[in-house]
Amino acid sequence: MTLLAVERMKLFTTRSPWWCAVLALAVTVGFAALMAGTASAESPITIAATQFGYGFGLMVVMVMAALAITTEYRFSTIRATFQAIPNRTAALLAKTTVVALLAAVIGEIAAFGSWGIATVIEPTADLAINTPFEWRAIAGIGAVYGFAAVIAVSVGVLVRHSAGAISVLLIWTSLLENLIMLIPRVGRDIHQWLPFNVAHQFVTGDPDPSARAIQDGPGLSDAVLSPWPALAYFAGFAVVLLVIALTVANKRDA
Amino acid sequence: MIEAVGLTKRYGKTLAVDNLSFTVPAGRVTGFLGPNGAGKSTTMRMILGLDAPTGGSALIDGKHYRDLHHPLRTVGALLDAKWVHPNRSARAHLQWMAKSNKLPAKRVDEVLEIVGLTSVAGKRAGGFSLGMSQRLGIAAALLGDPQVLLFDEPVNGLDPEGILWIRKFMHRLAEEGRTVFVSSHLLSEMALTAQELVVIGRGKLISQSSTEDFVAQATENTVRVRSPQLAALRTALGRAGVSIRDEGESLIVSGMDCAEVGELAASTGAVLHELSPQRGSLEEAFMQLTGDSVEYHTEIADGQVPATLVPAGK
Repeated sequence: MTLLAVERMKLFTTRSPWWCAVLALAVTVGFAALMAGTASAESPITIAATQFGYGFGLMVVMVMAALAITTEYRFSTIRATFQAIPNRTAALLAKTTVVALLAAVIGEIAAFGSWGIATVIEPTADLAINTPFEWRAIAGIGAVYGFAAVIAVSVGVLVRHSAGAISVLLIWTSLLENLIMLIPRVGRDIHQWLPFNVAHQFVTGDPDPSARAIQDGPGLSDAVLSPWPALAYFAGFAVVLLVIALTVANKRDA
Repeated sequence: MIEAVGLTKRYGKTLAVDNLSFTVPAGRVTGFLGPNGAGKSTTMRMILGLDAPTGGSALIDGKHYRDLHHPLRTVGALLDAKWVHPNRSARAHLQWMAKSNKLPAKRVDEVLEIVGLTSVAGKRAGGFSLGMSQRLGIAAALLGDPQVLLFDEPVNGLDPEGILWIRKFMHRLAEEGRTVFVSSHLLSEMALTAQELVVIGRGKLISQSSTEDFVAQATENTVRVRSPQLAALRTALGRAGVSIRDEGESLIVSGMDCAEVGELAASTGAVLHELSPQRGSLEEAFMQLTGDSVEYHTEIADGQVPATLVPAGK
């Protein structure tokens, strides 16, 4: 508990998490407002459509999480940290936990904020949260942000440079996973198992909404897992990456 | 007490620290002296468990740093004053460190008071001058009221007032019975600050002794003598059992004063063209001792090396 309190103090006494949180909320809620504002009688706003901006918020949250650790390397406060807490695994686990919790909270506020602003702009639309799919589409975003933050912290520990870690994360999520589909024959099969695509399945998948129009929500995942196993797979991927990062951090000179 | 036993650190092909063994006693200020690149910082990082030694070990009161419970209560260290997040306030920086070792929050205000930073405690550390950063670093080192303190080049870049403050401060810490281990590449500074000296060059131990002994030995007075009958004189001096070394056309004799050399020359029948006492400066002596072990040489003709050209910068 002490270590969690320490990492909380460290996180909130710098400015970048605040800026990132504000930015993440602005892009997600802003997108929802845009979707609600442009909805019409023929194509009314849906719950899925209120979450159009979640992918952008996800990137901002991962930048926040990566910065939380890479700035420690940048300013060598990681050495002060390991000096105070020589058990590196404990120190880094505490940091990961605090950052992931913050990411999850940002995710929930972003998701419910997006949904909320849509209900305000379009009070007549059917935005009641009823089905498991609708709950996942909104409340599930916090879980995806949380595990994505674990991935971002792990990459940050491994790469140690802010620009490098952020480049890896952004290229991976916004380019690489889609480019892999271009590989002949096997590309699509590989893509089905790529972590962010699978995480997307948790938010957008089942009951199969493939018949819906494009404006009804974020693009769909082609992952074959059903939603809850998809989340477990994403979480498992995050944990494996974290274990690798911790092992490396313990071996390496600080 | 700090104890290094066969400490070794290898980076690829370079041996940064080579089988280094020394002890740092309590109640004294021990200087850790060596040219830049000699391996001082690496050694200190290994003592703090930040870098893993390739061989050997460093122990603090018989324990590895990693095995210390709440290490800030045992060991305080200032390795680099810039190890602070620039947007975090001085107080916030100390607060998280205090919290991590379960030190009371009021201890933060106490150490800020000790180093005289109370009035700027709420300001962001990135705006601090080097002197203020050093003080913040020292405050962090003192947080846990530790018995062992390590400082890496604490006076680097400080003004004379800051240097004097740190020097007095270290003496006070040692008088309180603590172990104080402070590194520097300046012998003149260490001669004033440290009572014990551990001298290294290229990662190897050159000497461990009291500062007094080291200075006396290092600044041994010599006599320069020139003579057309240099060979005869050399033989005579050799018989007398003093150490001689050649320097151009002359001999440098140590262990004998001018009068004795003159008398010896007269009894040998050698004509003297020069007989002059040589007083070496501390810096020259240090350069001589560590000369072969300076990592980055500057090519300047012999005897033309001013003290300020001991390779500078960290």
